[in-house]
Amino acid sequence: MSAGAVGRAHPRLEGREKVTGTARYAVEYPLDDVTYAWAVPAAAVRGRITRIDPDPALAVPGVLTVLHHGNAPRLAAGVEAELHLLQDPVVHYRGQLVALVVAESIEAAREGARHVLIEYDTEPHSTVLTADHPGLYRPEKVNPGYPTDTTEGNFDAAFEAAEVRVDVTYRTPAYHNNPMEPHATTAQWRDGQLLLHDSNQGSTAVQAALAELFEIPRESVRVISEHVGGGFGSKGYPKAAVVLAALAARQVGRPVRLALTRQQLFGPIGYRTPTIQRVRLGSDADGRIAAICHDAISQTSTLTEFAEQTAVYTRSMYAAPHRRTTHRLVRLDVPTPFWMRAPGECPGAYALESAMDELAAACGIDPIELRIRNEPTVDPDQGHPFSSRNLVACLTEGARRFGWADRDLRPGTRRDGRWLIGTGVAGSSYPARARASAATATAFPDGGYLVRINATDIGTGARTALWLVAADALGVPPERVDIRIGDSDLPPAGVAGGSMGTASWSWAVVRACQELRDRLGHHSGTLPPEGTTVAASTADEVRAQQPMARYAYGAQFAEVRVDVDTGEVRVNRMLGVFAAGRVVNPTTARSQLIGGMTMGISMALHEEGLLDERYGDWVNHDLATYHITGCADVEQIEAYWVDEEDPDLNPAGVKGLGEIGIVGTAAAIANAVRHATGVRVRDLPIRLDKLIGTSSFT
Amino acid sequence: MREFRYRRPADVDEAVALLGEDPEAAYLAGGTNLVDLMKLGVQRPDLLVDVTRLPLDAVEPLPDGGLRVGATVRNSDLAAHPVVRRDYPVLARALLAAASGQVRNMATTAGNLLQRTRCYYFQDTGKACNKREPGSGCAARHGQNRDLAILDWSEQCVATHPSDLAVALAALDAVVEVAEPDGTRDVPFVKLHRSPGEHPERETTLRRGALITAVRLPPLPAARRSTYLKVRDRASFAFAVGSVAAVLDLDGDVVRDVRLAYGAVAHRPWRAYQAEAALRGRQFTPELAGQAADAELAVARPLTHNGFKVPLIRAVTVRALTELAESRA
Ligand SMILES: Cc1cc2nc3c(=O)[nH]c(=O)nc-3n(C[C@H](O)[C@H](O)[C@H](O)COP(=O)(O)OP(=O)(O)OC[C@H]3O[C@@H](n4cnc5c(N)ncnc54)[C@H](O)[C@@H]3O)c2cc1C
Repeated sequence: MSAGAVGRAHPRLEGREKVTGTARYAVEYPLDDVTYAWAVPAAAVRGRITRIDPDPALAVPGVLTVLHHGNAPRLAAGVEAELHLLQDPVVHYRGQLVALVVAESIEAAREGARHVLIEYDTEPHSTVLTADHPGLYRPEKVNPGYPTDTTEGNFDAAFEAAEVRVDVTYRTPAYHNNPMEPHATTAQWRDGQLLLHDSNQGSTAVQAALAELFEIPRESVRVISEHVGGGFGSKGYPKAAVVLAALAARQVGRPVRLALTRQQLFGPIGYRTPTIQRVRLGSDADGRIAAICHDAISQTSTLTEFAEQTAVYTRSMYAAPHRRTTHRLVRLDVPTPFWMRAPGECPGAYALESAMDELAAACGIDPIELRIRNEPTVDPDQGHPFSSRNLVACLTEGARRFGWADRDLRPGTRRDGRWLIGTGVAGSSYPARARASAATATAFPDGGYLVRINATDIGTGARTALWLVAADALGVPPERVDIRIGDSDLPPAGVAGGSMGTASWSWAVVRACQELRDRLGHHSGTLPPEGTTVAASTADEVRAQQPMARYAYGAQFAEVRVDVDTGEVRVNRMLGVFAAGRVVNPTTARSQLIGGMTMGISMALHEEGLLDERYGDWVNHDLATYHITGCADVEQIEAYWVDEEDPDLNPAGVKGLGEIGIVGTAAAIANAVRHATGVRVRDLPIRLDKLIGTSSFT
Repeated sequence: MREFRYRRPADVDEAVALLGEDPEAAYLAGGTNLVDLMKLGVQRPDLLVDVTRLPLDAVEPLPDGGLRVGATVRNSDLAAHPVVRRDYPVLARALLAAASGQVRNMATTAGNLLQRTRCYYFQDTGKACNKREPGSGCAARHGQNRDLAILDWSEQCVATHPSDLAVALAALDAVVEVAEPDGTRDVPFVKLHRSPGEHPERETTLRRGALITAVRLPPLPAARRSTYLKVRDRASFAFAVGSVAAVLDLDGDVVRDVRLAYGAVAHRPWRAYQAEAALRGRQFTPELAGQAADAELAVARPLTHNGFKVPLIRAVTVRALTELAESRA
């Protein structure tokens, strides 16, 4: 690769369209004869629909039809229970989308949805996760395929023998993905072909699922996802909206638009499971850890098993000869939890990185020093070498920039007027993986190039990053390159998820571009008018990767202030230093990192799904009542990265940084609150009422 | 959403008449609360009578030294008004502590006072709420009630009034000017909102179809030293977890006059008369402020999840008054 575009800051290619409102999202494409759908959520938690009366809805002027399990087109069974919508009368959770009203206007559809009369036979339900739930079981594996439990050495004996022991339980609530653009689809059937404009994190997967569900060839489904307004994991797999829209369009024989409401994003699209996590650390008086154990409990639904890999983070983070991790699950009458930014690592790191802080306090040593003392030389889990591991560099560089030196370890001793001041740190890591992808590169006679790959830009800047990578791989200025993404007609590629997007896609792009250069090198004479195209796939290369521990690392630092009268917690400053391989575009990389840290502040202080067991759902299901961190809560936030060249990753040398930002942040905040107040809140979010009841507050 | 008609009356009489003719009509001001509730199906008017073009958007100083605020004055404009900022800082602060810049640009004085509770159960038609559907029960009584009332609630309703502005107006002894089909009348602000009692669906003492035309602030020179402290779960764009509006008039160390009102503790903005009585005529100390708050909160009956509001309101009362006392030095 010639040095060039990669590594230099570049604004998003589609930035202008987005800020001027001309970029089109899934339900914004102008269409003749379009109809509007509105989903009807179940009002029962567990049971069966005994009767549906659509007549009052059909009486609303403009309503065309009401789809439900009694009349909806049939879908193939066995694809994914979550997507087997409107096929049977069983209700698995409150809010399950059980009917769909299609109308000439969105207002009529919405009004119609109120008037669909549904009767249920209900059964007793269970919707609250508890540590002693009778339904606790051991899943076969945890997301996305990790072993459920691991053990090394003899944890119990080593913990028992340890000089210093920390044995604590942390809880996290349900967190709800709230992308700005809801799950939304425009569906059209034309001569047996299904055309979808859909909001997702990977349209290749949507194409495959819809083809299976409707039992048509993949080529008969086209999914266009040019611009996507976020997903945070919740659009990583096809969800209800796209299936419902396709069903409705088939039924009415006209195009259908469906966008879920904000309220409907609290459940049917997935969410981060609540967790109950017991962490035990046993060390000598100097903080050298002999025994680590992380036992995680989370929930799934009765529809599909989703097992959050909460304790996996602990397997590879710090050294200790004796270690154990376990995962237990309960099937509740709730929507299926799913991916939310750094599933597993995010809640798991909150627990482990908090427990590390508790251990540092118990040993009376600096929490950064504690982490350095427990730095492993090889992956403690698998014994593989690290492709690169720069946690210590992140910690020390962060400490320098943040001004960590000479920090007073004692809690509750710093005051600034009415504010108690404290600082906290946490480590973080996130796997650096890649999925197989395909791409094509074309050279045209006029000196221009076209690179095609079905990558998805969910707002991250992926389109721009791939464009820069392609230019360098072709050895030409970016202006001569055209990049096309976001359409299932393009060469297939994996989802924008797991921080694998740029790593996976750039790999295929680089290979296609390199092969094109080779081809052109052997070519003489002018190119044909349609250009010369080469296709590349990374399937073999990705499969042949040497087993190694590949992770991005980070260190987050926070300074908080806590009002001594009211317990209000505010974040003075947040700083993160990351080691994530090569940074393709500093502008959008920084956005990902500060976005991740902001979401971590949100997790620590603001977000919480409040469940009402009697109704079996979350009562705060809009953005006025489900608080997320706002601009005023982020007073100063900085992200830096250390230079990292890692030859064992992928051709572009990237690790991905969509998720690492959130991973340690909640722990850094919790640790800072403890440093400020002396109070350790072990169930998130750290709300003022959890502080003012304690002895440190009057 | 129910289909509705829309009218834009030319004057107050026409507006009042339109509402008088149609029992399902509603006034539309900034729409920041009403339209949300219409989308949720909580309110289903068949006619919206837009009051924002009525000539009710002036802020006028009155000959007695008070101030008259038109019903449709936007929250942002009122907060920025120089007389408000100088003479009634508690009002400006309460306004600026509320919602977001965008919402305040739309929200009007009257609409703010008549906004509905933010109780989760009221806003969800799938759940029991006596306020929304009399007789259906109060799901909040034993549900998620951390944000709800500690004072004056009933078994039928534990909701709180969400407005910040209203707390300041309660402290200032404002008067509400109302137009009704048979004429106009003045309603003391502290009499505008009702206790929930047996009928939480009746939120104000206004008659159906009454139009608020203005809010009058009596002259209160002491209010130049006034403040509004709001406790919230994030730095901005959050309703109060608890709030205190305070005016303190000291003669040397002695409390000559004091006005205190609490927000987010009851079905109506809560004027803290007991606390005021405990302070008036006595030498001010932070300890006295705490005792005054205790006097007011002695009758508090916390719900399952909001016991913390009692010490919280106490602490904020002490802080607000102490800050005012110190600012006089
Ligand atoms: C996300 C969010 C956060 C918010 N946070 C806060 C906060 O922190 N603090 C706070 O105080 N408020 C907050 N608000 C509420 C906001 O202040 C109110 O929505 C607003 O003040 C209502 O005013 P409006 O003019 O938009 O009223 P509308 O929504 O138009 O009307 C509200 C009610 O008043 C009636 N009405 C309006 N004008 C008259 C009149 N002249 N006479 C008789 N009846 C009338 C209407 O019929 C309706 O019932 C928030 C709102 C939102 C959406």
